[in-house]
Amino acid sequence: MTPKKADKIAVNVLYGLSGIIVLILASLLTYILVRGVPQFSIEFFTQPAKTFEVGGGIIIQLYNSFYLLLLTLLISTPVAMGAAIYLSVYAPQNSFTTFVRTAIEVLSSLPSIVVGLFGFLMFVVQFKLGFSILSGALALMIFNLPLLTRTIEDSLTAIPSSQREGGLALGLSKWETVTRIILPAAMPGIITGVILSAGRIFGEAAALIYTAGQSAPALDFTNWNPMSITSPLNIMRPAETLAVHIWKINSEGLMPDGPDVSAGASAVLILAVLSFNLLARYLGKKIQKKITSA
Amino acid sequence: MAVNPEETDLNKKHIVTLNEKEPLAISTKDLHVYYGKFEAIKGVSLEFEKNKITSLIGPSGSAKSTYLRSLNRMNDEISSAKVTGEILYKNVNINDPEVDVYTTRKQIGMVFQSPNPFSKSIYENIAFGLKRHGVKGKETLDKAVETSLKQAALWDQVKDKLNQSALALSGGQQQRLCIARAIALKPEILLLDEPASALDPISTSQVEETLIELKENYTIIIVTHNMQQASRISDRTAFFYLGHVLEYDETRKIFTNPTIQATEDYVSGHYG
Amino acid sequence: MEETVQHFKKRSPKRKQERFGKTISLVATIFIVSIVFSILFFVASRGLRTFTEHGVSAIDFFAGTAWRPGEVSDAGEPLVGAFPMIAGSFLVTIFSALLATPFALGAAIFMTEISPKTGKKYLQPVIELLVGIPSVVYGFIGLTVIVPFIRQIFGGTGFGVLAATLVLFVMILPTTTSMAVDTLNAVPRYYREASFAMGATRWQTIYKVVLRAASPGLLTAVIFGMARAFGEALAVQMVIGNAALVPDSLTTPASTLTSILTMNMGNTVLGTLENDVLWSLATILLFMSLFFNILTRWIGKKGAMK
Repeated sequence: MTPKKADKIAVNVLYGLSGIIVLILASLLTYILVRGVPQFSIEFFTQPAKTFEVGGGIIIQLYNSFYLLLLTLLISTPVAMGAAIYLSVYAPQNSFTTFVRTAIEVLSSLPSIVVGLFGFLMFVVQFKLGFSILSGALALMIFNLPLLTRTIEDSLTAIPSSQREGGLALGLSKWETVTRIILPAAMPGIITGVILSAGRIFGEAAALIYTAGQSAPALDFTNWNPMSITSPLNIMRPAETLAVHIWKINSEGLMPDGPDVSAGASAVLILAVLSFNLLARYLGKKIQKKITSA
Repeated sequence: MAVNPEETDLNKKHIVTLNEKEPLAISTKDLHVYYGKFEAIKGVSLEFEKNKITSLIGPSGSAKSTYLRSLNRMNDEISSAKVTGEILYKNVNINDPEVDVYTTRKQIGMVFQSPNPFSKSIYENIAFGLKRHGVKGKETLDKAVETSLKQAALWDQVKDKLNQSALALSGGQQQRLCIARAIALKPEILLLDEPASALDPISTSQVEETLIELKENYTIIIVTHNMQQASRISDRTAFFYLGHVLEYDETRKIFTNPTIQATEDYVSGHYG
Repeated sequence: MEETVQHFKKRSPKRKQERFGKTISLVATIFIVSIVFSILFFVASRGLRTFTEHGVSAIDFFAGTAWRPGEVSDAGEPLVGAFPMIAGSFLVTIFSALLATPFALGAAIFMTEISPKTGKKYLQPVIELLVGIPSVVYGFIGLTVIVPFIRQIFGGTGFGVLAATLVLFVMILPTTTSMAVDTLNAVPRYYREASFAMGATRWQTIYKVVLRAASPGLLTAVIFGMARAFGEALAVQMVIGNAALVPDSLTTPASTLTSILTMNMGNTVLGTLENDVLWSLATILLFMSLFFNILTRWIGKKGAMK
């Protein structure tokens, strides 16, 4: 075989492999949407789930997913921000810093089921928080911290060091320089990172089945007393999310229209993650524009 | 005929000191800067006169920027850097670790090689530093913004768009904004690290004119690679070579009749 | 004079501010690090109880093939042989990596060497979307498409190692691909130019120059994919059948460490042997994850030395 011929064959094979990947994604999306979107109905989005009958909805799980997402972002963003500031501003170049970076990397590579089991041991059992939104949010925080810290740190270090020098030369502390100059300038990157992490959190189930639990007690959406068990705001109630719901229906196999509900829920999940992605891009670009122009 | 660097006698120096009539702004005594084991500045003693422009010139690697950055303790930010010797400002050795670095930098302002306005509005770029140092009141801030922009000869060009992003300005305007930002804090000394090296000739001459006007109120120390610039704007010039100052004298003298051979070779363009 | 000295030595509020900022950011950092150690400590100390509290021998646990926690053998030993799950985890990991690697490398080469423009426009978003799809959705598709498909072709239930492998293949594809892309992009331009200048074809350049220069990074990409496959829980649990048997065929129900953990953690009581052996499985997962981590570091170091 001449080198020219080998070249041609190789290029064709590469085209083929890449084409198959595109095809896989396309068929995955088509399958989920074709199978799932027809399940969408007003009842589907407004009714609670039914375990043994046909026609249940996903309202409670959907709400739980968003509520958990919000709480997780609220507790993980400040911590990730703090660690990212430490690593990008204060961390000296020594073995302690290397050690910290290694630890964060290890955390990011832990399987999420392990994070969930740890959450179970620590929050559910040890801290006696039970299967609750709070336990779930804490587990998701652990799941989210390493990646979010890295994204924020990357956004911070992407700002030219001349900005930092400019602040320091005015007699400002590093803290002021990073919080008032670098952080605002890095905001587009940080917001993109936070929203992308939101997509990951929204679809996560393994970290939740033993922390936020696998049951979704009925909620009364007119009850806004956070201490009440039926209140949507209560953080001590067990809360099955949409992703956990899909897993639960399929592994229990009790729900007669389980495949339909799962398909609908999967479509919702994918559309949500997709919109997080689009939102991240859009907001990132928009804020960037706002900063650099008028 | 260029001298071989190895043949240059680093012990032969010509450094003038100030007389009683020439008020001192800042001086260094036997200043050394180390980066780890590497000695970048090898004992520099210089006296800078008040309300004058002093140029620091010298070939790349002569450590003139390093010297400049020591004067407002910016080298503190490099963890491997160590500065020994005295930096006397108002008779205080500000190289003492006890000395508050933030107070020091507020009084000894700095402008960098490439313009680095903050990604904030033009107004905020200037008001920001003031606010962070506790200046309050819209009127006070407005006044300070206006004064500093006027001093930096930028007011007329930006007065109608103070709320626009500073990043939308041209390079020369950005650099003058950075000068305005530094002088808004009313420092006594202004350090400039090759402030025009990233600018086109027109912007460069605008910045130069600004500096000459600023001399009335500030002591200016400027690092430059541009021989013409040094001779055009400065009153005194120090020639840096491999971490030493070989010659320090009036600019006119440095450029027309230097004492040291290496200085002559450098200013006449034999190497650099 | 003394006054000016005082002026300069006075501690400005900035120093306090700096100490404050440094402290809280350090606290956040140490918090994260302490989480990592808590996980390692608490999970492992639970996992070790199988051997310390319940006196199960390590050989019985790692090599035993009978997994019926709660029951004892004729000799009175508890039946907690984890070998079926260990074998299952390794099998699905290795098979899915074998399947995904050619596709991932192919796509990465396509995106960096053949057609960066098309790659960026089409493949990049495809890869990003594949990463974004939640694992339960992969599990659901596996359950409703792949399992019935396998059932039709090979008979049986359709659950098993093959189904898990196919699901994991798609799941680790984007991980491996995007890391491989980063690695290939890091190969300096002039390597390729030098090779072209000597008259090499595009494929010769890719095969003999680019891939060779990038091989440590590509290996890391594959290992990252394997780590993801090894730790994936729900998608695998949904399609593998969860029978704690050493798989003797690719299309009969089997199980992995993660699938058994997912299934049984809720049905056992903390402190009993039935529960502690599950923590032992979790500990294996934990150490495998550390092992993959160390492996990639080691490769990185070796690659850098070359």
